[in-house]
Amino acid sequence: MWTVRVREATVEKFEPTDILPDHQPAYVTSWIYVAGVATIAAFVSLFITGLVLTLEGPAWWHNSSVGHYFNSVHLWSVELFFVFMVVHLWGKFWMAAWRGKRMMTWITGVVCFLASIITGFTGYLIQGNFDSQWIATQAKDGFNAMGIGAYFNPLNTGQAMLIHVALLPLVLGGLIGWHVILVRRHGVVPPIEAGGAE
Amino acid sequence: MSPALSKHDPSKKWSGPTRPYDLIKEAVIAIVIVGILAGGLAAVFSSPDEPALTLKSWALTDPADFVQTATSELAGTSGTAGYGAPYNTASDGQVLGPLKLQKWAGVRIPINTAKDFVVKPLTILPDAAVQTAVNAWNVGSADEQTKWATSYGDALAKSPKALSLPDTNNSYGPVPTMITSLLGMAINGALDGALTTSDTPLPTDFTKPMLFIADSGTYFPDYAAARHLHGDQWGVMNETGSWPGQSWLWLFSFFYQVEPFKSSENADTWVMGLLGVLSVALIFLPFIPFIRRIPYKIPVHRIIWRNWYRRKQD
Repeated sequence: MWTVRVREATVEKFEPTDILPDHQPAYVTSWIYVAGVATIAAFVSLFITGLVLTLEGPAWWHNSSVGHYFNSVHLWSVELFFVFMVVHLWGKFWMAAWRGKRMMTWITGVVCFLASIITGFTGYLIQGNFDSQWIATQAKDGFNAMGIGAYFNPLNTGQAMLIHVALLPLVLGGLIGWHVILVRRHGVVPPIEAGGAE
Repeated sequence: MSPALSKHDPSKKWSGPTRPYDLIKEAVIAIVIVGILAGGLAAVFSSPDEPALTLKSWALTDPADFVQTATSELAGTSGTAGYGAPYNTASDGQVLGPLKLQKWAGVRIPINTAKDFVVKPLTILPDAAVQTAVNAWNVGSADEQTKWATSYGDALAKSPKALSLPDTNNSYGPVPTMITSLLGMAINGALDGALTTSDTPLPTDFTKPMLFIADSGTYFPDYAAARHLHGDQWGVMNETGSWPGQSWLWLFSFFYQVEPFKSSENADTWVMGLLGVLSVALIFLPFIPFIRRIPYKIPVHRIIWRNWYRRKQD
């Protein structure tokens, strides 16, 4: 029964202390480990500021100093999000962090990175200013050239807005959640040369 | 050396020495610090908000460019008119070797530049002379329409600052009246409204006005060039002003700066295709033989886990 297999593959492989442990292996001492949680922290900031911008509507930030500030926090959160994520990604590469059945952790992490690029891009499309106009007119050529533009039209602001606000946060949030669950389930990868199947 | 530090299967749960680690505390501290950092950067550096361009701003700032572009939309010689899919069948568009991905996707956003950008907006003007000109255009044959608009476009090209030209040889048909009227519509803002509401009275899709503006010969591209946004200015990742923009698109932007992509007619397909291949390679990097061994050959991990290795030596 597939329902049983789903349960066996998820909760039954988890020990309660794996989710929020109070101890970590002794080798978890580098500052590089902070990049992962800092990425999540930036995502939280993006979610909160994005929620405020959503509730106030797309024109608000053009006409309100408070709105402009929230837009600025949203923008700088994006910049920080990518800085932390790239540091995290490079760190995991040099750790060869896919070792020990952690391939899917790596894969979900990279897919998060790619989904973040698409999310950031759609955010730039819906600013409602010259930047968004220019980006949309240039990006359309890339999408059209690959046949994608027939289905995702960067000049259709409504489509980009719904994808950025309603769809991608769900996708990205889900991917980040899946990635974090895999990290917790498999634990932090041990140092290279600690032995075993590398 | 401690037995726990000697050999460990990385697929097994760690059974060696541990240290206290409060994940919730770490997350809360990270959220507070990142929040303060983002809030501080926003307070100091703000964010760009250069007002959007409109058909009205174009017609007021560079009316001669507007007139020439509008005439090219009628003549079928503008960028959009000759674009191909997804707007029309005027060309195959870009190809990726034998793959005509653009053409195969089909015309899903049909645009007839003469009809959608010029003729249809003019029909809402309550002006008998304009409607006579529109009727004359509509009853003309395709050959006549092309001849009128092309002749007028050629004449405008020889007088690049002209907003209208007299029809001394009686060869422009109704085109001068139509283009002059369209310029008037653009200047008073009516053309922006006409194009954005042509499909629905509550628009969220700006494809038509933006394609029209993007066909501009000088106004739109010069405005972007002055803000270092062109493709050859690394514009894919830039923003107006000095803000960092989408710096994570640096590799995407880089390929547009180098040959053979830089001068290729199919640069978009090649760059998009290449980035697609590299993205898939990054996803499946742990399976790529040589690449997956790099972290073992270049021991950056010795710095990351220096405390552990030092302890192992002790």
